[in-house]
Amino acid sequence: MKIKDPSPDMKKRSFLKNVLNGTIAGSLYLVYPMGAGSFETPEQIPGIRDKAYDIHAQEFTFIVDITRCIGCGSCCVADKREYNVPDGNYRTWVERYVKGFSDQIYVDCPNGGLDGYQTPRSDIKEEIRDTFFVPKLCNMCKEAPCVQVCPVGATFITPDGFVLVDEKRCVGCAYCIQACPYSVRFINPVTRVVEKCTWCYHRVRKGLLPACVEVCPTGARKFGSLKDETSEVYKILKGPGVLTVLRKEMGTWPALYYKGARMEVV
Amino acid sequence: MNTLLASTSMVSDSMGPANMLLSNFVFPNDFHVHWSMMIVLYPYITGLVDGAFIIAALYYLFDVKSLRPVARFSLLFALAFLAIATLPLLLHLGRPERNLNMLLTPSPSSAMAGFGYIYAVSMGVLVFIILFVYRPVLVELRSTSKGWLQVLYRAITFDSIDLSDDALKLDAKIIRFLVAIGIPIAAILHGYVGFIFGGVKANPTWSTPLMPVIFLFSACVSGISAIILAYIIIRKFKARPIDNGCIITMIKTLTGFFILAFSFEMLEVFSHSYLKSGYHHMVEGLLNGVLANSFWFWQVKMGSVLPLLILGVMGIFKMRSYVYNFLAAGVSAILLIQVLIMRWNVVIGGQLMSKSARGYTEFHPLWFDKEGIIAVIIVMAIPFAILFVLGKIFPFWADE
Repeated sequence: MKIKDPSPDMKKRSFLKNVLNGTIAGSLYLVYPMGAGSFETPEQIPGIRDKAYDIHAQEFTFIVDITRCIGCGSCCVADKREYNVPDGNYRTWVERYVKGFSDQIYVDCPNGGLDGYQTPRSDIKEEIRDTFFVPKLCNMCKEAPCVQVCPVGATFITPDGFVLVDEKRCVGCAYCIQACPYSVRFINPVTRVVEKCTWCYHRVRKGLLPACVEVCPTGARKFGSLKDETSEVYKILKGPGVLTVLRKEMGTWPALYYKGARMEVV
Repeated sequence: MNTLLASTSMVSDSMGPANMLLSNFVFPNDFHVHWSMMIVLYPYITGLVDGAFIIAALYYLFDVKSLRPVARFSLLFALAFLAIATLPLLLHLGRPERNLNMLLTPSPSSAMAGFGYIYAVSMGVLVFIILFVYRPVLVELRSTSKGWLQVLYRAITFDSIDLSDDALKLDAKIIRFLVAIGIPIAAILHGYVGFIFGGVKANPTWSTPLMPVIFLFSACVSGISAIILAYIIIRKFKARPIDNGCIITMIKTLTGFFILAFSFEMLEVFSHSYLKSGYHHMVEGLLNGVLANSFWFWQVKMGSVLPLLILGVMGIFKMRSYVYNFLAAGVSAILLIQVLIMRWNVVIGGQLMSKSARGYTEFHPLWFDKEGIIAVIIVMAIPFAILFVLGKIFPFWADE
C-alpha cells in the first residue's frame, strides 16, 4: 500500500517547529554555563587543577634527552608563538653539534634552530664521527647568579623552583645577562626589560605542560614535579641513568638536567 | 666559516686540546654586547674622581705640602665628574624612568644595589670637604660679591662669617676627619665598580679578585694624570706660573700608582696563562685575537710600556723644568687614554667572549645612539662645563 505524503502544510509546520526548537536549544546552549571543562585541554600535570595551588608542595624539574632530539625546531616555534619573542632573541634554542674524527667540535645554531635542521652542514671537510642536537633553555638554577646580582629584586626564585622576572620592576641594567652562565637572558627590544624562558609558568599553574614540551614529537623535553612519584621526571631522576647539568663548575645547581649529553656540550 | 675557523685555530695553536672547543660558535643571545660605551665611561669617570681625590687627600690628610697648588682644584675636579657619574648609567638603563628602583631598593645580595648608597655618601662627603676647605675663601668672597652671588656665598657658608683661629682650627679638624673617611669611601666607590665585574663568575676575564684592585690603581693613575694635565693646560692657557715641585710630586705619585696598576694588569694575564684553568683558552683567544690590537699594542705597548719609559727618564735624568712639564703633560695624556682603553678592553672585551666558550662576537659602536659616540662626547664634555661654572664660584688655585 502506498503511503500518502503529508500535506505541504504539515511539512512546513514541522520544519518551522524544528527551526524553533533548534533556535531555543542553541540559545540555551550558549547562555547556559557549560562548565570550564567542556573545551579545555585535559590536565597535563596531575594534581594542579580543582584545588588551591600549594606553591610549597611542588618541585618542578626539566629533563632534556639529547638522544631523542631530532632538531626539528618545533619547540622553538612553539616558544616563539607562545611569547611573541622578537626576532634575534631566544628564550629557547636548539644547537647542532658535529664531531669530527680529529676531535674538532663544530657547533652551529642558525636562527636559534627555529627553521629546523633540514640539511646537513656542507662546510665540514673531515669525516664526521658523531652528531647530535642540544636544546637549551633556562636552567632554573637553585643558586641563581641572576637572582643574586639583580639590584632591584626583579628576578626571583619561587618556592616551586622557577626563576622568574618581574617585568614591572626590572630596570633593564643587564647585570643578570652578564651573570647568567647559560646566556638564556636578553633585553626585549619592545619592553626594554630583561626576558627569559620561564618553563611556561603560566601554563604550569593551569596544569599544562610548557609549550615546548607539549609540541616535542619525540619526547626529548620532559617536565614534571619531583613531588609526584608517578611523573616521568621523578622516575628518570630517581632511576639509575646518568644525568648531567650544564657548567657544573659554576655552582649554580640547575634544575634542568640533560640525559645523554656528551662532555663537549657547554 | 672556514676562514673564521682558520683564524681561531691559529690563535689557539698553543692551547692544546682547548682549541678543539673553538669553532666560532656564539650562543644566539650573545651576539649583542649589552654593556657598551656608557659602561666603559662609568668606571672611567669614577676613576677620575678617585684619582683626583687621592691628590687632595695627600695634601689635606698626609700633609704633602708640595701639592698645595692643586689640592683645591682636585676637589673641584672630582666634584665635577662625580656630579655626572650617574648620567652614563641612566643612559644605559633599558628603563631609565625606573632609576629610583636602582637607588632605593635594598638588595643585599647584589653588589650593584649598593650604588645609590655609595654614590650618595661619596657625594655628601666630597661636597662637605669642599665647603670646609673653601670656607675662608667663601667668607671673603661673600663680603666682596653682590646680588645673587652674595646670596649663594651666604648659603654655602651656612651664613657663618666666623674666621677666628678657633673656628679655623675646628675647620681643619673637620677637613682631616672628612678626608680620612673620604679615602675608604672613594676606594669603595671605585673598588665596588671593579667588584661588579670581578663578581661575574660567568665571565672568565672579569671573574678575578684582582679586578677591584686593578680598577682602583688604574683609577688613581687616570685621576692623577687628569689633574697634572689640567693643571698644566689651564695654567699655560692663563699664562700663570707652574709650580715645579708640585708637578714633580704628582709625577712621582703617578709613577708609583702606575707601576702597581700595570703590574696587577699583567699579573692577571699571566695568571690566566699560567694556571690554564677552565676557559683560559677563551681569554687567550680574546687577547691574542679579537683584542690583539687594542690590548697588546695600544694598552700594553703604547699605553703602558712607553709611559713607563718616559716616567723612568723623568725620574732618572735631570732636565729643565719646561722639558719636565712637557713630558709630564705628554705622559699624563697617554695614561689618560691608556686607562680609557683598559676600561674598553675589560668592559667591551669581556663581553666579546661568548659563554659558549667557542667563539667571539663583535662590537661596532654607533654614532647616533643613546649609548653612541656622540652621546659619549657629550657626557664627557659636561663635567668640563660644570668645572667652568664651579671655577666662577670657587677659585681653582691657591694663589687666586
